[in-house]
Amino acid sequence: MWRIVHQFGSPPWVYRFCDRVIPWLLPITVVALLTGSIWGLLFAPTDYKQGDSYRIIYIHVPAAVVALAGYYVMALAGLVSLVWRVKLADTAMRAAAPIGAAYTAIALITGAIWGKPTWGAWWVWDARITSMLILFFLYVGVIALFEAYENKTVAARACAILSLVGTVNIPIIYKSVDWWYSLHQPASIKFTGSSAIDASMLYPLLGMIITFYALFALLMMLNLKQSLTEEYAQSAWLNKRLTA
Amino acid sequence: MHPKRKQRLIVALVIVVLSSATIGLITYALRGNINLFYSPSEVAAGEAPIDRQIRVGGMVVEGSVRRASDRLETRFDVTDFVHSVTVTYDGILPDLFAEGEGVVATGKLGANGVVTASEVLAKHDENYMPPEVAEALEKANAQGSMQ
Repeated sequence: MWRIVHQFGSPPWVYRFCDRVIPWLLPITVVALLTGSIWGLLFAPTDYKQGDSYRIIYIHVPAAVVALAGYYVMALAGLVSLVWRVKLADTAMRAAAPIGAAYTAIALITGAIWGKPTWGAWWVWDARITSMLILFFLYVGVIALFEAYENKTVAARACAILSLVGTVNIPIIYKSVDWWYSLHQPASIKFTGSSAIDASMLYPLLGMIITFYALFALLMMLNLKQSLTEEYAQSAWLNKRLTA
Repeated sequence: MHPKRKQRLIVALVIVVLSSATIGLITYALRGNINLFYSPSEVAAGEAPIDRQIRVGGMVVEGSVRRASDRLETRFDVTDFVHSVTVTYDGILPDLFAEGEGVVATGKLGANGVVTASEVLAKHDENYMPPEVAEALEKANAQGSMQ
């Protein structure tokens, strides 16, 4: 078991792993994205109250869900980097930050576009939206903090601490609509009991959530490969791989 | 585990626990300010300040919406099913505004207990369903209440 864990700390092994998975994951993700979007945008029924404007849910909710989950990926990589000093964990943490920031931005922007026709306002400072904006700043903060240091080992340590401290925001975002009065509605998909969203609309949504996870994994691997290529440009294993 | 790594793991966990506790206490202290709006019960209990910009949220009472014939002004009651507050609004209401739906009104609470709103937002609930399902549900409800 420990051998598998140790393999994930080895740059050549991870590089080869990414090279093997990407040719499969890339076409699957593209097909799933197209299928999910067409299903959600054309074939799912209209909503009884919102009409067609609800369809932004097929982008908004998956982006928001994976933005939260992606933060844990980044923070976990930060923990591994901090405690075990695995260099690859630093790279993984840095690889996750821009992807998470992009997902968060998509969730915020689609939310604003939906908010205008539904609520009557682009932006409201309620608990859910504000905590989501803080998540965006945390992701951007990790990117900026890393760039701010000359010494990259120190930079990685500071970023790991920032991302660990930021994990407290994730349950706050998730529970904000239940803990406080907010304009944002509570979750429609429930883990226990029946969901507040009809099955005909729920299945394409679940499909899109899984697809967004796959897209996150794919982008993560592409990012990792890119960073490893830069970091190990002088290494024999990489040159052998690239010329092979 | 290597003692040095163990120590670093403990330090990392202590950082997470302490920062969570700090932020937890701050949000607990600010819980009143984090709420986007006052509920009608809080307004009735006198917790909302008078003559200052506040938000009131709740359901629009069925049959309470009265529109002026010559102006945009609308008057309606907002309830949390315990107390209710009357809101007047002179402006265009959002599309999803309707009786029995959630709203959040921004405005000033007068001494007479009426909120003069400068903005009314519709609060959408978490229910999503196709129109046929909504119709079927309504029918079933109507039948249920007849029996």
